[in-house]
Amino acid sequence: MATDFSFPDAAAKAAQANLPKEFEPEKMSLSMGPSHPSTHGVLRIQFELDGETVTKADPVVGYLHRGDEKIAENMTYNQFVPYTDRLDYLAPLANNMAYAIAVERLAGLEVPARCQAIRVITAEMARVSAHLMGLGAYGIDVGAWSVFMYCFEEREKLYRLFEELTGARFTTSYTRIGGLSRDVPEGWTGRVDQFCDQFMPILDEILGLLTRNKIFIDRTVGVGVISRADAISYGLTGPNLRGSGVGTDLRKDRPYSGYEQYEFEVPVGAKGDCYDRYLCRGEEMKQSIRIIKQAVAKFPSGDWYAKDARRIFAPPKDKVLTSMEELINNFMIVTEGPQMPAGEVYFEAENPKGVLGFYIVSKGGGVPWRMKIRSPSFCNLSILPKLCVGNMVSDVVSILGSLDFVMGECDR
Amino acid sequence: MTTDVAITTAVAQQFPSTTPRASLDCPAFNVPAAEALALLQYLRDAQGYDFLMDLTAVDWSAEQSPRFTVVWHLYSSTKHCYVRVAAACPADADPAMPTATGLWAGADWHERETYDMLGIKFTGHPDLRRILMWDGYPYFPLRKEFPLAGLPTEMSDAEINEEIKVGVISAPMAGGPFVATPGEPMSEAEPRAKDEAWNEKKEKPE
Repeated sequence: MATDFSFPDAAAKAAQANLPKEFEPEKMSLSMGPSHPSTHGVLRIQFELDGETVTKADPVVGYLHRGDEKIAENMTYNQFVPYTDRLDYLAPLANNMAYAIAVERLAGLEVPARCQAIRVITAEMARVSAHLMGLGAYGIDVGAWSVFMYCFEEREKLYRLFEELTGARFTTSYTRIGGLSRDVPEGWTGRVDQFCDQFMPILDEILGLLTRNKIFIDRTVGVGVISRADAISYGLTGPNLRGSGVGTDLRKDRPYSGYEQYEFEVPVGAKGDCYDRYLCRGEEMKQSIRIIKQAVAKFPSGDWYAKDARRIFAPPKDKVLTSMEELINNFMIVTEGPQMPAGEVYFEAENPKGVLGFYIVSKGGGVPWRMKIRSPSFCNLSILPKLCVGNMVSDVVSILGSLDFVMGECDR
Repeated sequence: MTTDVAITTAVAQQFPSTTPRASLDCPAFNVPAAEALALLQYLRDAQGYDFLMDLTAVDWSAEQSPRFTVVWHLYSSTKHCYVRVAAACPADADPAMPTATGLWAGADWHERETYDMLGIKFTGHPDLRRILMWDGYPYFPLRKEFPLAGLPTEMSDAEINEEIKVGVISAPMAGGPFVATPGEPMSEAEPRAKDEAWNEKKEKPE
């Protein structure tokens, strides 16, 4: 007798076999997470399974309860900078920049070219570092361990550069409203350039471990396909959107911080499956390196803070200690916060995970009345219920990894 | 920074009930809650604002009326412009707004979040549940009267509550974030620990 190794719809099979009702297969409910190794944080997904196939998925987010928006509404604009590090904690420098530009738009400040260039370099380095982490973790999810180790080695080099620049490896808090916390150290841009040169061949090697890998291809090609229309309707952004063939990149479309001066391409996928999203991330890293190399090559001289930043920045310490006026200014900025005009501003920046937006409602004074953070991970995850249905549980692992989210940002 | 100037006149012609809204960057409109969906649909279909980037609400504090304003931010991937649409919720005590899930699937989670944080009900939403807080949490944390440190509540699970006899206590603020309050005299606004549920002097309940 031939054995049937195919798995047709189990209920139909039971009906065909004329089994009594109690023998009909039941749907099983299964919780994945909140601390599952492949969920990249405290994500819990409540599945309804038919055999191994997902028939319903309900992501449960919100285990962190950090309340960043509430905190933002209770402290001055300057004090909130360290909190932006902790949104997408894999790319703090990019978050710092997005927040600083949002408040600068509110204050009507224009930062000089040197400050813009430093911000672009650091944001692109953050993108490389975040994508390396994303790729490495994705490799582990689908069973490729060495990719992770190679990625971490490169990330470590970036972190050494971050440490040299900001004094911290992880929570950098580097930007200030209207400028930066400090100028670049002597010879730092040269070391960034050196990093770029040695990184490119290694990146090719890392991608080579996955791009033509049989197991990787089997687990990602054709899995978790997001159509163009769906990607737009769900408001996906970043590589998840571009993997589906929509070439929207705010760095090109609405350049901020001087992105219009740099030449780079926006990689776009064709099918919108997990493999396309992976390819987009890989190519984005190469483009980031291109941007960094250009920015380092024509690194502008001059100030690294805005001309009229005096009403926002605390003055230099030696001035505070010697001048009464500066002491008063320092005291007012620290206690009352920088005084902002009343109004509403919405600014979005293209971050590694997607578009990070800040909507600030100000009634004037040093504290925002309302600050809404539009976090890319939250929006990207909202497509998950649709994406999981019809796939096997093991496919869900590769779908989750390909969306590349960070729960700290999703929950805020 | 590009902005779509033509949109202001186009919307004013199509929707005479809208009023321009004060804004520091993109074009912004105030619209009556009943017409909000029609305006959003017009912007999406006729003007090419295909992305719903953000959906949120602002609480103007309990003394204000109308108290809640729902704000939509739309982005056009062809014009590369943003537009802001704002509609005040007609009822202050039980605020409600028609749902945009029919226009954008992504509105689903945004609306759940706004409901969870500010208590605005989106009528017609297919699955309006809490998303960031747990089911059965009795407060709306982003409302202005809600204290920064949170309020003590019972555990969501009655059985666990019975066993441990302590609900969820609010976060301790002593030595916590440097907190300043807006719009008060400076002596009051000065950063200091506020909203202390328990601290060194008052012990954590057993």
